[in-house]
Amino acid sequence: MRIRIVQRDHIAGGKAALIRVIAIVLSFLVAAILLGVMGYNPWQAFGSLFKSAFGSMSNIRSTIITAIPLIIISLGVAIAFHMGYVNVGGEGQLLAGAVVATFISHNLPTSLPKIIMLLAMAAGSLLGGMLIAVIPAYFKAKFGVNETLFTLMLNYVMQYYVLMLRTQTWKDPKAMGFPKIAAVPNNAILPKVFGIHIGWIIAIILVVLVSMLLRRTKIGYEIRVVGASVNTARYAGMDVNRVILIGICMSGAIAGLTGMVKLSGTTYNLSESIGGGSGFTAVIIAWLAKLSPVGILIVGFLFGALTQGAVGMELALGIPAALAESIQGLILFGTLGCEFFVNYRLVREYPSKATKEAA
Amino acid sequence: MKFRKIGALVAALGIVAGFALTGCEGSVKSGDEDTTTAAAETEIDADAETTAQDEADADTAAATDKLNVGILYISTKTDGGWSQGHAEGFAKAVESIGADKVQLFEKENVPDTDAQATENAVRTMIEEQNCGLIFATSFGYMETLERLSHDYPDVKFEHCSGFMTSENMDNYFGQIEQARYLSGIVAGYKTESNKIGYVAAQPIPEVIRGCNAFTLGVRSVNPEATVSVKFSMTWFDPGKETETAKALLDEGCDVLAMHQDTPSTLKAAEDAGKFAIGYDLSAAEVVPDAYLTAPLWDWSSYYEHKMNAVMNGTWTIEESWGGMKEGLVALDELTDLVPEEAKAAVEELEPQIAEEGNAFVFAGPLKDQDGNEVCPAGKSLSREEQMEMNYFVEGVLGQIPSN
Repeated sequence: MRIRIVQRDHIAGGKAALIRVIAIVLSFLVAAILLGVMGYNPWQAFGSLFKSAFGSMSNIRSTIITAIPLIIISLGVAIAFHMGYVNVGGEGQLLAGAVVATFISHNLPTSLPKIIMLLAMAAGSLLGGMLIAVIPAYFKAKFGVNETLFTLMLNYVMQYYVLMLRTQTWKDPKAMGFPKIAAVPNNAILPKVFGIHIGWIIAIILVVLVSMLLRRTKIGYEIRVVGASVNTARYAGMDVNRVILIGICMSGAIAGLTGMVKLSGTTYNLSESIGGGSGFTAVIIAWLAKLSPVGILIVGFLFGALTQGAVGMELALGIPAALAESIQGLILFGTLGCEFFVNYRLVREYPSKATKEAA
Repeated sequence: MKFRKIGALVAALGIVAGFALTGCEGSVKSGDEDTTTAAAETEIDADAETTAQDEADADTAAATDKLNVGILYISTKTDGGWSQGHAEGFAKAVESIGADKVQLFEKENVPDTDAQATENAVRTMIEEQNCGLIFATSFGYMETLERLSHDYPDVKFEHCSGFMTSENMDNYFGQIEQARYLSGIVAGYKTESNKIGYVAAQPIPEVIRGCNAFTLGVRSVNPEATVSVKFSMTWFDPGKETETAKALLDEGCDVLAMHQDTPSTLKAAEDAGKFAIGYDLSAAEVVPDAYLTAPLWDWSSYYEHKMNAVMNGTWTIEESWGGMKEGLVALDELTDLVPEEAKAAVEELEPQIAEEGNAFVFAGPLKDQDGNEVCPAGKSLSREEQMEMNYFVEGVLGQIPSN
């Protein structure tokens, strides 16, 4: 007898849900054992995880603020993934957007009405993200250059570029010699609604727009066809390179906008770490959400909760950061890993039946 | 058919495992009660069913008579350097005041370049854990902390190594340069190649000041020696720190000093059979074959003083800047690898430096790298001039990235 992995033809919704629930429960159990072994009370740990993610208005606010950039950038990255284009350059595109937004905010008069300033910054950041994203897309379309490596490497180019801006070109002369870029002026700060900067409204609008783009427009249809099969797209008379370029422009633009939202929503200063790794987290979120915009909204929010919850867990119980982060990782691993069992099943195989199973 | 069977099997396994593990948890929990008590959470008579209630109890107890102190660390409490130095200071302060009066809520790995992470951690400390006093132990937290200090006027904020203050935000630091100067004397005697390396974190005045003080110490006993500086551009990254140290060793440096959060530089020196001077914490046991000495911080008395001040209602903005005299700064005991003449020189100079402070270290005549006079004879750099120091002194090889 052997055990063989077989792809499932279809799976009942209830069964898929069951597998996911079991996976999450199991990953929490493993996390509990880990906590127990380290001498912490797992119940309390999970209690504080939950409490500091959702326990009060202020906590929910922190959770949402953490989730906003994750949701926006995941939407951008997901458009690329819909085409089968592996855009792991979200971080660099975010930085490019933030750089242009910073430049605009520092060079337009501070007396400008907030709405005009913010719109200019948003437009600039869309353009910035688009420009940096289109370079690898062009090389892919023209010469077949591997976009995964190209977009990945551009992240580092952008990071060191911003480092240079921070320590040299844009160094704030008023900072007593400390290498930092001056904060954006007051009219470049996003207003708040319900105590949270309006990035959350931008995120929701984008979820709707991206859904409509993918489901209701011609280019959205083309994007999905290219993602399903390049040959089919060609056979249907689509200009595949054109579709990829347009799709990537949108993908990069949204990632760039994330930079502007982070800049004028939470950090106010540009630095090379303004992205905080969200360009990479976005890849996980996009896949967990199966590239669905509404899914991204939900998964992004849960991600924010997990991040914010881990802060509270660490504080309340004095758990070392390394352990708190391992637990975050475990929970993620559980949720991601279970997709394997949703898509495949393990079959016990007897020699005589082998042929039947394979068919 | 088979489909369903396997599904059921998985589910059953899951449930069984669930029960088994919940059982385990119970026993683990009762076992670990002593350990948690020893740590931070004191009044928990944990029992799975009453956890929520316990938490509420702990909260109210904290709200009434205990001072809850929130602390932000840029790395971990066990980094063998900067953060560990602070963590030990806090622990000592709590020990001396009494764990029944103060409780620490510590958050590690808060990147000081990520304003959002900083803000979320501070807000959680204040709103979840009722912290009345926040210590932020890295430069980059400054602006976020200042912004938050206006949102929470009843909370006191203490920021290490910056320059901003507000109604309820103080900053504090110390004259580590006194110990840096002394460690420079050690390096000046120890070097044979007359090439000393310095692994620097970020090009900010704090780091530049330390490197200058070290170089002045070196050149006071060995005018032939030079100090080569390389910036790793990070506070905490063992990999990058090691790389930077190796680059300096490749250039022929035989004594390394550093301004980083981990002892990686020292390990690189030991691996190369060279010598090294640490920072923050003694590394005598980590790198016994390379370790000469280190400028050390002891934050405990300052932290104790500030915690008491908040509890007594006497907290004020002090912009504290103590040195060896105040016990905030010290030079670690010199190891057997240090030449006798260096030991004698340090011993002789120590009381004078402790007395005169940084005014001794940065006394004129001082020249910068390009030979321009930055401080005339008979004068010393003012505190403000030291705070803004943005040039290397004569004897330093290397450049500050700037416009």
